[in-house]
Amino acid sequence: MVTVTMTVNGRQVSKEVEDRRLLVDFLREDLELTGTHVGCDTSQCGACVVHLDGKAIKSCTILAAQADGTSITTIEGLANGADLHPLQAAFKEHHGLQCGYCTPGMIMSGVDIIRRHEGQLDEDTVRHELEGNICRCTGYHNIVKAILAAAQEMHGEVRQAAE
Amino acid sequence: MAQDGIGARVARKEDKRFITGKGRYVDDMRVAGMKHVAFVRSPYAHAKVGGINSEQARNMPGVLAVLTGSELVADGIGNLICGWMVHSKDGTPMNMGAWPALAPEVVRFVGQAVAMVIAETRGEARDAADVVAVEWEELPAITDPAKALGEGVPQLHPEAKGNLIYDWEIGDKAAADKALSEAAHVTRMEIVNNRLVPNAMEPRAALAQYDAADDHFTLWTTSQNPHVARLVLSAFYNVAPEHKLRVIAPDVGGGFGSKIFIYPEEVACLWAARKTGLAVKWTGDRSEAFLTDAHGRDHVTVAEMAFDANNRITAFKIDTIANFGAYMSLFSSSVPTYLYATLLSGQYDIPTIHCNVRGVYTNTAPVDAYRGAGRPEATYVVERMMETAARELGVAPPELRRTNFIREFPHQTPVIMNYDAGDYEASLSAALSASDYAGFGERKAEAARRGKLRGIGLSCYIEACGIAPSQAVGSLGAGVGLWESAEVRVNPVGTIEVLTGSHSHGQGHETTFAQLVAERLGVPIDNVSIVHGDTDKVQFGMGTYGSRSGAVGMSAISKAIDKVEAKAKKLAAHLLEAAEGDIEIADGEVRVAGTDKKLGWHEVCLAAYTAHNMPEGMEPGLKEGAFYDPANFTFPAGAYVCEVEVDPDTGHTEIVQFVAADDFGRVINPMIVEGQVHGGIAQGVGQAILEGCIYDAESGQLITASYNDYAMPRAHDLPSFKVSTTETICPSNPIGMKGCGEAGAIGTPPAVINAITDAIDNNDLSMPATPEKVWRALRAGAAPMRQAAE
Repeated sequence: MVTVTMTVNGRQVSKEVEDRRLLVDFLREDLELTGTHVGCDTSQCGACVVHLDGKAIKSCTILAAQADGTSITTIEGLANGADLHPLQAAFKEHHGLQCGYCTPGMIMSGVDIIRRHEGQLDEDTVRHELEGNICRCTGYHNIVKAILAAAQEMHGEVRQAAE
Repeated sequence: MAQDGIGARVARKEDKRFITGKGRYVDDMRVAGMKHVAFVRSPYAHAKVGGINSEQARNMPGVLAVLTGSELVADGIGNLICGWMVHSKDGTPMNMGAWPALAPEVVRFVGQAVAMVIAETRGEARDAADVVAVEWEELPAITDPAKALGEGVPQLHPEAKGNLIYDWEIGDKAAADKALSEAAHVTRMEIVNNRLVPNAMEPRAALAQYDAADDHFTLWTTSQNPHVARLVLSAFYNVAPEHKLRVIAPDVGGGFGSKIFIYPEEVACLWAARKTGLAVKWTGDRSEAFLTDAHGRDHVTVAEMAFDANNRITAFKIDTIANFGAYMSLFSSSVPTYLYATLLSGQYDIPTIHCNVRGVYTNTAPVDAYRGAGRPEATYVVERMMETAARELGVAPPELRRTNFIREFPHQTPVIMNYDAGDYEASLSAALSASDYAGFGERKAEAARRGKLRGIGLSCYIEACGIAPSQAVGSLGAGVGLWESAEVRVNPVGTIEVLTGSHSHGQGHETTFAQLVAERLGVPIDNVSIVHGDTDKVQFGMGTYGSRSGAVGMSAISKAIDKVEAKAKKLAAHLLEAAEGDIEIADGEVRVAGTDKKLGWHEVCLAAYTAHNMPEGMEPGLKEGAFYDPANFTFPAGAYVCEVEVDPDTGHTEIVQFVAADDFGRVINPMIVEGQVHGGIAQGVGQAILEGCIYDAESGQLITASYNDYAMPRAHDLPSFKVSTTETICPSNPIGMKGCGEAGAIGTPPAVINAITDAIDNNDLSMPATPEKVWRALRAGAAPMRQAAE
């Protein structure tokens, strides 16, 4: 057993867990943050993507103990109170989800793609960088649209703030 | 019309919980005292089960119980059933072997469960399952359906000699043979429809609870039809009486057919909950999903199509072997028969059709309905044949189709179906125009300058949705009725709850069903909520599959609204002292036509519940239910055009354009319909160029048992799609809807393969058209179809 301490969605948590506890199970089982999903057992599907110190990672591929001392953001922590994150809003507006199961991971990956490219995105880049996330419902068409739309909106905001 | 009524692109009401991580899927559920289940699964494709020694497992940390198949059978738990009886052509019933939820004596596919471990945590349960010692005696296995028939090969079930489940036929064989012998031209092909794994992103899960005080069971399960699950679990499996069993299918993360069926794990968990008094949860991992979810397709077919001198089809003869896997799943028997052979007329006027289907047992996971269920297999045969025939006859592929289109409706095919409405020319023209089919030659030449082989392929599909009517399917062997139920409950304040027997696992019913109510009763859709997926709330329903929720489920709601509307009008006429026929309901008001006399919708609703002033004899309240049994199937149809570029050096195929023109009848929410088509196309592209479920022919091991080995379509494998709809209204239901959920998966595979074979000028290519296969076909250079025709 090992004690892990981390900040999850702005709240500090500390728990004793089995050494083998995966971060995704720590989030889902110990913290009851069930928005992060498990869709496979080979780190291929991306339903479990969260942000660790601001970067997208697959929470099924890291032990909870390895995340000790870090700051984690899950899908539950993405919205600012009642205000949806622009990518959450874009997923709804562009019908970027159907069953909703891959959606948390898609959104967390999408936010990271937009962050890394500072909004300078094209369709080809989005499609290639979504390689680690599988959706079986949407055919990706509307997910790509949603990410491009949010990137434009967020990039616009960044530019405005800089002016 | 209500602003958010029929035809409006309304953003989905259900999205908020999904995009904020507040969805509630079965694995998110937890109940007090809940324990965890892991199954002990067979490592062999075919083996005798000897003794099971669980002593070491029972002593592992956290382990509470280890239960085996012999205990399950001793407790009187029934075998899993197939709910559609198909008879062979000699009149004998299908040959069905027994399928116990935990195998006590013999396992017949890799992953079949023989025991279950219950422990405090999931990890402890899995650790213990790993050390349960089973004495296996391995038996020879067979996985190829074409080689499984007959003596001298491994025999799976004593009930099925030669591994034959049935030998079934439809149509007129003698007439087909005669037409073939007299034909001006015959196109012949051997066509394999590759086995697929449905791969809903949420793995299957079951949480079972038993309350001894009330002798009551609750099962949370990843199901597309919770009521049918309750019926089957109670009536056939003997795990709980129907009135004491509540089945809840909460948010379900995709189904595509794979979650229609009742699986061993649900049966075993319910049995274990009562036996141990513990609430138990099992959540499958992806490898278990690959091994044990019902797979799809897996046909081997020989087809012959006869043409006269005017290029008109005179006969179509099809011989198919269908792989059922190791056991007959809930609806499997109907998929390669009544859902397949009855669509082999396609969009074409074919005077004579004969189809023979042999269903076969093999040592593989059970095969059942997967998105389209029989119609993709039929469409693939018909549309590969049409494209090939066009090449052989030297006719442009659109022209051969046009020559043979059905143009008058209703149209009775030789294989049961009576098409009620359609305009195939409209879809084809729309698709050819949107794809600039005419300009393909220039694009091909331009691609050639870049060293790429460009090809174009067509597919004109038809499907049958909203499977029905109950009496007709009953006469064909179905064990259930195929109606749908609905209840419309208007509250005293005018808000509305709609209870439906269909189930949403991504299709957006909470929005589209509310749009129908908004349209009909003039209330905002935010004042409407949709209740589904819980047998304690909705009395009965048939769930969601076969694109039935709109055409059948919404028709039931429409019928219930008719009754609500009639009562509200009668009450309003009384209150407003007007004639009932003059009352109209719109925009949240109940008005006397042509006057300024009116009441708010909410005022009429309140009056129904205060009951202070009602017409003589009227019952208080405003709540009505309806059952709707369709008069016919619905027949969505469309035309797809796929354009590809093949890299001759690597064999890699890139889909450079994909156009779909569908006729779904009335469209409630175009945004949602487009999304359904996108998803279907992606699964169709997956089948055509990526996905294939491969078993090792010798050992029966599943080679493609994870996402490392099974090529799921990813974002960069697909283009953006150009989709549009044409519209012929369905005359057989009150809304005019046909259904859209499966179209993409049905129409796409032949369009893609027709495009690739066009690009490489070699028709000898099977799905999935992987780069290696395409590369080999290019280098083989043998038998390009145009030469073969000469």
